[in-house]
Amino acid sequence: MISFLKTYFTEVFQAIKSLLSGMKLTGYYFTHPKNIITEEYPDNRATLKMADRFRGEVIMTHDEKNEHACTGCSACELACPNGTIKIINKFEINAEGKKKKAIDAFVYHLELCTMCNLCIVACPTDAIKMSPNFEHSVYDRRLLTKQLNHEGSKIREGVE
Amino acid sequence: MFSFQNMTQEIHSWLSSLMSETFVMLVEMTIVGILAIALFAFLGLVLVYMERKVAAVIQLRKGPNRVGPFGIFQTSADTLKLVLKEGFMPDNVDKFLYKLAPFVVMITAMLILAPIPFAKGVQIWDINIGVFYLTAISSISVIGILMAGWASNNKYSLLGAMRSGAQIVSYELSAGMAVLSIVVLTGSLNLGDIIASQEDGWWIFKGHIPAWIAFIIYIIAVTAETNRAPFDMAEAESELTGGFHTEYAGMRFALFFLAEYINIFIVCAIGAILFFGGWMPFHIGSWTAFNHVMDFIPSFMWFFGKTFFLIFLIMWFRWTFPRLRVDQLLNLEWKYLLPISIFNLLLMTLVAIKGWHF
Amino acid sequence: MFEEIKTSNDGELVINVGPQHPATHGVLHLLITLNGETITKLEPNLGYIHRSIEKMCESLSYRQFIYSTSRMDYLSSHMNNHACAMIVEKGLQVEIPERAEVIRVLISELTRLASHQLWWGAMAMDLGALSPFFYSFREREVITDIMEETCGARLTMNYIVPGGLMADIHPNFVKRVKDFIIQFNSKIDEYDQLVTGNIIFQNRMKNVGYLSPEDAISYGTTGPVARGSGVSCDIRKLYPYSAYNKVKFEEILETGGDSFARYLVRIKEMKQSISIIEQLIDNIPEGDFQAKTKAVLKLPKGEFYQRVETARGELGVYLVSEGGTTPYRIKFRSPGFSNLSALNHMVKGHKIGDLVAIMGTLDLVIPDIDR
Repeated sequence: MISFLKTYFTEVFQAIKSLLSGMKLTGYYFTHPKNIITEEYPDNRATLKMADRFRGEVIMTHDEKNEHACTGCSACELACPNGTIKIINKFEINAEGKKKKAIDAFVYHLELCTMCNLCIVACPTDAIKMSPNFEHSVYDRRLLTKQLNHEGSKIREGVE
Repeated sequence: MFSFQNMTQEIHSWLSSLMSETFVMLVEMTIVGILAIALFAFLGLVLVYMERKVAAVIQLRKGPNRVGPFGIFQTSADTLKLVLKEGFMPDNVDKFLYKLAPFVVMITAMLILAPIPFAKGVQIWDINIGVFYLTAISSISVIGILMAGWASNNKYSLLGAMRSGAQIVSYELSAGMAVLSIVVLTGSLNLGDIIASQEDGWWIFKGHIPAWIAFIIYIIAVTAETNRAPFDMAEAESELTGGFHTEYAGMRFALFFLAEYINIFIVCAIGAILFFGGWMPFHIGSWTAFNHVMDFIPSFMWFFGKTFFLIFLIMWFRWTFPRLRVDQLLNLEWKYLLPISIFNLLLMTLVAIKGWHF
Repeated sequence: MFEEIKTSNDGELVINVGPQHPATHGVLHLLITLNGETITKLEPNLGYIHRSIEKMCESLSYRQFIYSTSRMDYLSSHMNNHACAMIVEKGLQVEIPERAEVIRVLISELTRLASHQLWWGAMAMDLGALSPFFYSFREREVITDIMEETCGARLTMNYIVPGGLMADIHPNFVKRVKDFIIQFNSKIDEYDQLVTGNIIFQNRMKNVGYLSPEDAISYGTTGPVARGSGVSCDIRKLYPYSAYNKVKFEEILETGGDSFARYLVRIKEMKQSISIIEQLIDNIPEGDFQAKTKAVLKLPKGEFYQRVETARGELGVYLVSEGGTTPYRIKFRSPGFSNLSALNHMVKGHKIGDLVAIMGTLDLVIPDIDR
């Protein structure tokens, strides 16, 4: 009987002790609000710094002369597992009177893209890269189909 | 010390000079009713806001902070949204009980408000069996929950309601025992008398260890009685997806939600009255100067301060502990709380008879 | 499909848990038969999130199909990718640079840690304690930030290509991982203080959902579920792959077989992952991060099998090649599917609350079960 009571009360006290130790932890956080880790996202947009490798969307880099490095080789189109990229080529006649292949439109379907980075790896001329922009929401999903080469842009001299 | 009694009596005599006694009573009852409902709405908003802030800070979050300064109007905005929602009712429900259930829960919560002294001289109904009245009325709310669970025609709701029934019926025992141990000390069921007996010190300090044990049992039992985590068997959102109020939406759900918080307020108010002296300031025996200083703090501040401390305690439980299982819940009551509280009551009786308390 | 679900005459109640239910963490549908609150029968009903990843892989090239396996068990996406990359490398017989192997293991262990932390928070949430979720996510956030910096994404990283890695580690990687280890070591005690030691939690966990070693083997459970029953099945130790033979660690075994044993295995695995990371982080060998491979990969005709230890157990990839540029057939042996099959055996005779707790300790990821 005595041993029963003893175990009974040890149980009760150990139970209360374990509960109090948990309450000590939550109580500590309640009294130390400096531990708050919330980032108020739309408000901290000015100071928000994304990692430089973050894959937000595919962009094509253009220099100040509105020139890009895409030869229209469609390596990215072949590398893409989802059919996200569609390259439409045209033939330009250059100064020497020779026909030369160039891109007419680099169509990028953002709504299909899984940001797997395979197109960037496949590109032989580093014409495309991932941009850390992640704010893609639009009201019309047709806006997610983008043309990556700018209007009137040309291929950079010397890129083959 | 400032008392609200003068004020109420002045209003009463002013009204009596205007009209006959019957009309005076009617007008007074209307005023009291409006005040009670106003208090309800206000408490609901404040307590929901408080819970969300407490939870947020414990969980390293900021909590509501968009609507108004520090988000204080967040709960009002949420209420507005719930009011505007469609009063959705699923097919094949027991329509009468389904609609009635939230009101039963709500009216029960309102009835308990009657004998509670909010400050010196502010009491709706000074009844000589106050404690008995409280324990009797508080049992009715389980009927509302059972009604909601049954009428919803949902298996989850039914399970939640049945759990709630088993839980409230058993936990009322130890809550009652804990309350009784203070009644034994004061020798009165009148809440006014119980508060008056704590003028030279609160029972939790005067009643030695039995009072502490009674307080701990009381706070555990009422947490269970109000269906709060870690005893929220009736809701258990990860098991029963919401329990008895799974099928409720809009304002009907809001009534359940409100009643939960009002119930917390009421049980904490009773706890404050029994163990912490209600509106009675902190007095120590015969230290006249100290007692006099304490009297300067208004009585309603004392009452609400103590009550909100206890409410915080219950919220602290909720955001720390995991939920019990339904059989463990009943084990805890019948194997631990009830035997301990019976022995504690005996011990308390001994203390009271021998006059060992201060 | 099913016979009409109704309450039978002998007082049994049939309840659908899911497909939309807070405790199933996804679209898992469990058909449970109750006697009062006691579960007498449980029948999982799968297929709500079947995306036919295996079939999709048949039309993707050997470079492309790796990314899609991230979407199976998204919490151990790196390990899934690792298994697929290894099977391609096995077929091509490419030698992987040491540096790539070590980094792969480092990221694997970080992923395992992140997965276990999410499990810890989610399981505590299943049991009704909501705060642990936020505490575990505080640490997990640091890991995902490290991933974001080095791999470019937080969850489905796709950091592995056949022959090595997609890119070298970020210059900050080593320093940030070391900072994380310091932070994690200071916080892991809080987990025990808040949850493991808690009397309510222990009562919910102990002697619940017992799985004997024999049953664990016959149901094909792997990972922490089997190790909680004392079955030695850690692929990292038994069949070391990648750089796991370079690190010293002991397989974690608990003999309890109940939910608490499975819980302890995962808690100890977190500490073990930290110790593996500590051993490797200062010893990343110099060199290339990628071996030279051909532009178009073609596996020789034949069958290949590779298994890895994910956060949930053993993932096996079985690949049949006809010599072309795409796999002829791929089969994934996913850990979640086998672990789920033991659920009926474990919950019999327990309460509804226990079902949630046992499901929590199985650590189910539904897309892994359905694929």
